[in-house]
Amino acid sequence: MKRYFPFIIVVVVALVTLASGTVLYRAKRPSVLTIPKNAPVSGSGDADSIHIRGPASAPVTIEEFGDFQCPPCGKLSDPINQLEREYRPRLRVIFRHFPLPNHAHAREAAFASEAAGLQGRFWEMHDLLYREQSVWSEAADVQLLFDSYAGMLGLNIDRFKRDMESEQVKVRVASDQKHGAAFGVNTTPTVFLNDRALAPTSLNPTGLHAAIDAAMNATPPP
Amino acid sequence: MSGSRTRVIFYTVAAVISLAGLADATYLTVMYLTGETAVCGGSATCFQVLGSAYARIGGIPVAAFGALAYFSAFSFAIFAAFGYARMRTFFALIVCTMFAITLWLLYVQAFLLHAFCRYCLFSAAVTFLLAGIAIAIPPSHKRSAA
Repeated sequence: MKRYFPFIIVVVVALVTLASGTVLYRAKRPSVLTIPKNAPVSGSGDADSIHIRGPASAPVTIEEFGDFQCPPCGKLSDPINQLEREYRPRLRVIFRHFPLPNHAHAREAAFASEAAGLQGRFWEMHDLLYREQSVWSEAADVQLLFDSYAGMLGLNIDRFKRDMESEQVKVRVASDQKHGAAFGVNTTPTVFLNDRALAPTSLNPTGLHAAIDAAMNATPPP
Repeated sequence: MSGSRTRVIFYTVAAVISLAGLADATYLTVMYLTGETAVCGGSATCFQVLGSAYARIGGIPVAAFGALAYFSAFSFAIFAAFGYARMRTFFALIVCTMFAITLWLLYVQAFLLHAFCRYCLFSAAVTFLLAGIAIAIPPSHKRSAA
């Protein structure tokens, strides 16, 4: 009987590993998030922080909940910009803030982008913050860098500084976070394609391309 | 204590340690399959390591190979503890291979990615422990069963 013990032990461990792996997979499998049809995409109030590229008539909309200090968001930024150019005018891109609490400067970065937005340069600051993410994320004086970015974009620096501190930009960022939380967003990047969240495994240039193509094919041309 | 008894204790300890590595590697594999490593909860070091090209081979996560290696090490250790002499050689070989791969993965984290993932460091510690045990096991001068 003792001769069979090692076989029994090995088989039991193999089964326990497979079973616990399956249970863990089921527990961690991301639930499919959707944006309700009646949820407002763009609002009229000051609290609505909606940044859109592409026409409202576009058959496919990508809505990203992002955090400027999150590396995967930074890696996704350029591919989304390229897709927007490639599919224009059939693709609309929406950016919403979702700064994560574990990122020390994410909220300030969101405020900086909104302050730039008040001078009509949101997307330029958005791209710059992602491009320079590794620099300002580690900086001791992040405000100094944000001010220099504002200067690079030709913004009025005094106004930019004032706006960054203003209640208006804080309310806008908070409004986006509230929207995201209401849709079940809890990490970044979370990307909705036509109101349905994409699986994290699709958040790469190839995956996005395939998802957009599928959505375009499902939508008859006008 | 006889050499045979010491070996049984060493192999049993090695099997228990392999289980810790197996749990860690299984967790990382599941994280990969659910897509969690694609976002890593916004964690920079996690994403830099587990989201990098070095974290998979031909689309299969390195963690899955790790799980397989730990399971093999566990199985060989258990069989060796029960007196299957040939399994001692297999145990030594798999631990040797795991040790070499761990050194490579540590090099990748330190010098190519400049970021460390804590699960990967835990796995490295487990492999180093296994390597230590494999070296410490007293050699056998008598052929056993099988």
